[in-house]
Amino acid sequence: MQPSFMPAAIAAGVTFILGASVMGIRLQPAGISLEVTSAPTHVYLGLIAASLFVFILQYFRLTERFSRLLKSSQESKVELPAFLRTQQQQRLWTMLAIGALLLFPVIGSRGWIDLATLTLIYVMLGLGLNIVVGLAGLLDLGYVGFYAVGAYAYALLNTYFGFGFWEALPIAGALAALFGFLLGFPVLRLRGDYLAIVTLGFGEIIRILLNNWTEITGGPNGISQIPKPTLFGLEFNRRAAEDALGTFHEFFGIKYSPEYKVIFLYLLALILVLITVYVIRRLIRMPIGRAWEALREDEIACRSLGLNPTMIKLSAFTLGASFAGFAGAFFAARQGFINPESFTFIESAIILAIVVLGGMGSQLGVILAAVAMTILPELAREFNEYRMLLFGLIMVLMMIWRPQGLLPMKRPHMELKRG
Amino acid sequence: MTESLLYFTQQVINGLTVGSTYALIAIGYTMVYGIIGMINFAHGEVYMIGTYLSFIVIAGLTMLGLENLPFILLTALIVSMMVAGAYGFTIERVAYRPVRGSKRLIALISAIGMSIFLQNYMRLAQGPRDIAMPGQIQGGWSWTLDGNLLNLSYMQVIIFVVTVISMWSLHLFISRSRMGRACRACAQDQGMTNLLGIDTNQIIAVTFVIGAALAAVAGFLLGLYYGVVNPMIGFIAGLKAFTAAVLGGIGSLPGAMLGGLILGVTESMTAAYFSTEYKDVVAFSLLVLILLFKPTGILGKPEVEKI
Repeated sequence: MQPSFMPAAIAAGVTFILGASVMGIRLQPAGISLEVTSAPTHVYLGLIAASLFVFILQYFRLTERFSRLLKSSQESKVELPAFLRTQQQQRLWTMLAIGALLLFPVIGSRGWIDLATLTLIYVMLGLGLNIVVGLAGLLDLGYVGFYAVGAYAYALLNTYFGFGFWEALPIAGALAALFGFLLGFPVLRLRGDYLAIVTLGFGEIIRILLNNWTEITGGPNGISQIPKPTLFGLEFNRRAAEDALGTFHEFFGIKYSPEYKVIFLYLLALILVLITVYVIRRLIRMPIGRAWEALREDEIACRSLGLNPTMIKLSAFTLGASFAGFAGAFFAARQGFINPESFTFIESAIILAIVVLGGMGSQLGVILAAVAMTILPELAREFNEYRMLLFGLIMVLMMIWRPQGLLPMKRPHMELKRG
Repeated sequence: MTESLLYFTQQVINGLTVGSTYALIAIGYTMVYGIIGMINFAHGEVYMIGTYLSFIVIAGLTMLGLENLPFILLTALIVSMMVAGAYGFTIERVAYRPVRGSKRLIALISAIGMSIFLQNYMRLAQGPRDIAMPGQIQGGWSWTLDGNLLNLSYMQVIIFVVTVISMWSLHLFISRSRMGRACRACAQDQGMTNLLGIDTNQIIAVTFVIGAALAAVAGFLLGLYYGVVNPMIGFIAGLKAFTAAVLGGIGSLPGAMLGGLILGVTESMTAAYFSTEYKDVVAFSLLVLILLFKPTGILGKPEVEKI
């Protein structure tokens, strides 16, 4: 391969123009008119560096070499580490991991436990969306709509009918599933990319409705004072409400500490996540789980084998939605306050990025990706501003170089040796 | 009677104004879909970038002390079309070409990633707030009938005229030029076109550039019409233009124009007679209804799934 000068120079030039036209000049409102100012010098230096980088990439065709390298490395199989080979070992390590997670509140500080709870919510959402996108291969861009349905179901049931968390949780899940069913029933006959747009529209419709139906949902102000979950009727507040059994610290005769509430929420989230993991794990091995994957791979072959694509898709869609509903109800309980701002398209995009990064269909991958996606931005606060930018970039790069995700799912299988 | 009729006419005019810009954006979706069969999710962001670029040029030239308004506006239009075209080219090169030929889901996720990237890129570059621009073209005609007013602003006329000129030149390009013929061939059968010695990669790149340039025209026009821009406008505009493209029949150019106009009028009617808040809901519901009952749209051809 010859190094090529002209294409590389053009690519570098285009990079500079694209960057400079938007980043180099800033619009500045001045009174009633609009002015432009030049960006600080370091922006231009950055642009020049970026152009040089593009030039070098193109000149030596590094991108092509890199993707070829990746392709060849993908062919050599990625093996699990030695201590995870057999099923007993896997079970042992899973037990150890769960044990460590249960003990985490003992050593973790309050802020960390809180963050871990948030991460667990994303794990749950990621796992739920993983059924729809990763396993069934249906791109759902309105997943946050079901999350919102779950959250508002609990908040509204509590405000108007006085339901507690535990009564509302199954209803929230069922309601989200119902929404999934009602939306999925007509639209799942559509081709993949139409489905993506329709679900995107659905997510927006839900948000607009919540925003404008002020008499019931409180509009942009949202709903506040949503009670926290109780432990068999025991509250975690300093004083019990009038109709409650009592408070946790009085019942066990220990001193009141606000930390118990945080720890309880964490453990609750952990249990919900474990249930989710378990249920989905079983589902994947059931005929329906196999049908999801078969459908993702080849719809026409599926149909000719007598599977009903619409019903299979619908089941994936409904189940995925119900997990979002559970996660939503828990989210509402944890925050104590919800408004439509929490359910924008950005949330759907974050959850999708988690599924894409983790590896479509792979549970472990999704869990690790959710942890990485929520904890990394917290570790580096100044990085937070660039978070969504990087998510977008990661999605593009993953699709180009490793569409199966970092930890792709593996079925037990046999391969025929060629030759 | 006259009063309600006048109000109705006013709404039709307003609807057609916005609708014709939707049509301009919808062309980008429909052309790309016609040729490579994927939805260019990042197209709405190109429109947003086009609006920013025209604001930058207008503000910059005004600051330099130029007073010739037609010159300023024309420069802004041309510059934003060119740079947006370069964006369209780059987007295709970076995010779509490497995944072309793989499964639909993969190309779609790559497109969404690109869209998120561009939105946040602009947010970092120009800030997340609304940026307002003083009206450049003011005034218009108004007629009074029995004490009721019917307005047609100069800006609305400009939007119609520019849209018609752009559409007409696109039509001429597609139907008369050599490159346009290659585009049509590419849409029918890519492999065969390639065998006949036409560089399909180049044709696809050209399609993206044209779509992006037209989105920039829409960005310029709507930017002047509304006078505000923020990094999030591409999302809703993209969705609506996509609705317009599907409504008219995706893959069909006249369909995109028709769909845009119908959507614009429907929206303005909803806002006028029902409620402004639910304007967007109506657009999306319309999309769902068309997809359910007539997925090929008004002017589209049915698609046969090949094995």
